[in-house]
Amino acid sequence: MDLPVWQSLFDSLADANFMVVAVAMDSRGAEAARPWIEAAAPTYWSLIDPEHRVASLYGMVNVPQAVWIDERGKIVRPPESAGSTDHFRGMDQVTKTLAPDDAKARLAARTAYMDAVRAWVRTDAHALPGDAARAALPALTADMAMAHAHFRLGVWLQRHDRVAEAARHLAEASQLHPESWNMWRQTADLEQVGKSGGPEFWARVRALGDKSYYPPPNLPGFAAD
Amino acid sequence: MATILTQTDEFAVDTISGLQVTAADALKATGWALKPEGMCLGDLCVPMPSVGGRIDLAAFWQKLGNPVVSEGDVWSLGVGAEARRDGLAGLDAPDFELQDLAGQTHRLSSLRGKKVFLSSWASW
Repeated sequence: MDLPVWQSLFDSLADANFMVVAVAMDSRGAEAARPWIEAAAPTYWSLIDPEHRVASLYGMVNVPQAVWIDERGKIVRPPESAGSTDHFRGMDQVTKTLAPDDAKARLAARTAYMDAVRAWVRTDAHALPGDAARAALPALTADMAMAHAHFRLGVWLQRHDRVAEAARHLAEASQLHPESWNMWRQTADLEQVGKSGGPEFWARVRALGDKSYYPPPNLPGFAAD
Repeated sequence: MATILTQTDEFAVDTISGLQVTAADALKATGWALKPEGMCLGDLCVPMPSVGGRIDLAAFWQKLGNPVVSEGDVWSLGVGAEARRDGLAGLDAPDFELQDLAGQTHRLSSLRGKKVFLSSWASW
């Protein structure tokens, strides 16, 4: 889980002018996120986003992704994988464990990512210059914009117990924006808790082939995608 | 009656058919005001026919380049890709307000002056 890792990050920067804003993309609402938040007891901002509004604003497509924002409110790193890696794809499906080398590599990558955040907060390291930051922005399309409109409607219909109509719009959203794991997995979760990580999820992950589930960020300690 | 969903709010509006709404409801839901020269937001005006003081808000919203989807009497007014891209192009972090578990509202821009690590996660 990411919440305790972000708490360690926040604690280690307690004397810095820094805040973590963790956004829960949970269309079931606060109650779905509550157990995790209460267990981690974060002292940073921990917000609930049932409509995935932040994903729509920033073009986020997976969790965890992060955006780095400087003191002036400028994006210095657009959305990117926040320390998670594709090692999970090699998980033994029966024992749900990773090979020791993979587990080690996964932990090393997460540590490298958190070290990079710390270096940025302390010294401005890894902040992208304007042109590079712009070049790294997600390429938003009309289909994605349409997908977010369907998703917003689908979540509303679901909340008002119009389940069949909701399912149509949520499915349409995923079809229009297939790169959004957030939309597909949230939809699966609304259908049935657990489905977002079930056999259909793994089939979709396998279908990625050579493509990344968590594209590595362009930071020290991460192999190029 | 119909329900309009914007990015952050929902509005109950009076309609005749489709999303033919009064100028007052259009203003409430979108911030655009009906004037003799069309629909206006500040100094910007877009020609738009009105009949009996009502505007086809779905047609207007699409004319602005934004997606509109509906299910029965519920209308979702989205934000077009160009508007989203324009919003990000200057690298100003798009602002938002969300609540925490206790129901307290937090606004991103109130953190100006601090570095912010904005991260996403989910229970699923």
